[in-house]
Amino acid sequence: MSDKNPYEDRGLNAGSVLNQLEAIDADREVKQEMRRMSRRSFIWAGIAAVGVYEFVGWLASRHEDLGTPWPFRRALDANEDLAMDYFGPKRLAPTFSKSDLTLEDVDGQVGIRSNGAYGIDDDPDFDPKAWTLTVNNVFGKDKPVQLTMEDLKKLPSTTQITEMFCIEGWSIKVEWKGIRFVDFAEKYPPNPRVFEKADGSDKPAVRSKPQNLVRFVSMKTPNEAYYVGLDMASALHPQTLLCYEMNGAPLTDDHGAPLRLAIPVKYGVKNLKRIGSITYTDEKPADYWAEQGYDWYAGM
Amino acid sequence: MAHLTEDSESGSKRQVAGRLYLEKKHPLAIRWFHWINFPLIAIMIWSGVLIYWANGVYRLGSISLFPDWFYHPGYQEKPPEAGLYDLTGRLAEGMSWHFMLMWFFTINGILYVLYTALSGEWRYILPNRSTLKEAIHVILHDLHLRKDHPPRQKFNGAQKLAYTGVIIMGFGSLITGIAIYKPVQASFFTQLMGGYTVARFLHFWLMILFVLFFLVHILQVMRAGWNNFRSMVTGYEIVAEEESV
Repeated sequence: MSDKNPYEDRGLNAGSVLNQLEAIDADREVKQEMRRMSRRSFIWAGIAAVGVYEFVGWLASRHEDLGTPWPFRRALDANEDLAMDYFGPKRLAPTFSKSDLTLEDVDGQVGIRSNGAYGIDDDPDFDPKAWTLTVNNVFGKDKPVQLTMEDLKKLPSTTQITEMFCIEGWSIKVEWKGIRFVDFAEKYPPNPRVFEKADGSDKPAVRSKPQNLVRFVSMKTPNEAYYVGLDMASALHPQTLLCYEMNGAPLTDDHGAPLRLAIPVKYGVKNLKRIGSITYTDEKPADYWAEQGYDWYAGM
Repeated sequence: MAHLTEDSESGSKRQVAGRLYLEKKHPLAIRWFHWINFPLIAIMIWSGVLIYWANGVYRLGSISLFPDWFYHPGYQEKPPEAGLYDLTGRLAEGMSWHFMLMWFFTINGILYVLYTALSGEWRYILPNRSTLKEAIHVILHDLHLRKDHPPRQKFNGAQKLAYTGVIIMGFGSLITGIAIYKPVQASFFTQLMGGYTVARFLHFWLMILFVLFFLVHILQVMRAGWNNFRSMVTGYEIVAEEESV
């Protein structure tokens, strides 16, 4: 603002004093109007600020549902519903070439980064030679099915280089070799909710009518210390493997020998190492990390 | 005494005889978008840091982003659990907040852009041919390197660049966010950005840019003074006749 009297240029004629008074009056009125509007606006702003602050506190202090306040669990579940809806069973994870493999220094040797040994290093009595895979709730079987590695290797094998995403925020590209879970599930089908035969077979239609099957798959380590839950669509995804080789070599202990899950459509936490049992179920299975406040779905 | 009359086109209120008048500066919708965005983006950044902590690998030269003291100041004196600002070991919590509020951040942003486009407000913030020159003038003036004042307008050149830039940043955060949230279902975005690692890197640096924007914004609001700040709450600014454009 300039220092000169703003009313000076209105002149000092007979009416000027009256004009000045009128102008001062008018400006006072403008200021009053501003004050009136400010009061109203700032009261609202104050109420809104306190409201937001209180609401955030309220959200964070709700009772927990699987390790997170229930509003967050509801939000994660809503995201899950949406993700399951747009999940494309034929939409594939990008695949890479051998030159893209992520090789790191692991204890002085070139290897594959390993993270998490729940169900492995807490199970010193595990005997790999005596290992069998237990499959529960197989169609037409009253008892759990026990399978050896030999049984499994009768199924066709697949090799793929895909990226595994750790929930911590890093990723590695690995060559996985194993059996497609969908092939496995066709051989040892889940109990269906609605029974409809596959063409030329007495078994449920796993590939063509997956919606008829029970909705989930649970996998656990032999000592049941680590466990994951999967939705059927992700389990039956063509890139989901029961894996026994990584980067061309048999699985090592810390990567889950003798058999692990490789599921590129999920975070690393779902890629269970050392599978002891597979259970088909229609109830949403327990999941180790979901119980600690993480998203159950964990889909990529 | 005559009363204030409201101009139906500009929304300004004036008293014919006086010198001061109330200039309508920010429409109600813009003020809502702005103030809703403030807590949203604050919590998005905070929860993003909780997530980033789990794999805090970025560096700026020899400086680690972020050092231990950043995550829990005063941790040497007391265990991290006791700290008010302990940001460690809260990955699940960070993801919960981030993946809930991302919807509101996105919706608010889309509504803001739509409103700005449809109402014509875009004219005030979209840079034009003279914007860069004006912006340099503003910056030099603000750094006391140039005396003469830049021409007065609703938003000066520097503001235009900053406000347009921050919309682009928001859009960038959205698509890099999608790229790291669903790198398989949305692999198109992830590949477009050069992969998961690159997308995460960009997402992080966009967050840093938001923080820098925020700091400059606060500084400039403080410099501009109360009348200007008040207009973001009330919508009006008191203007003297001769100063108006």
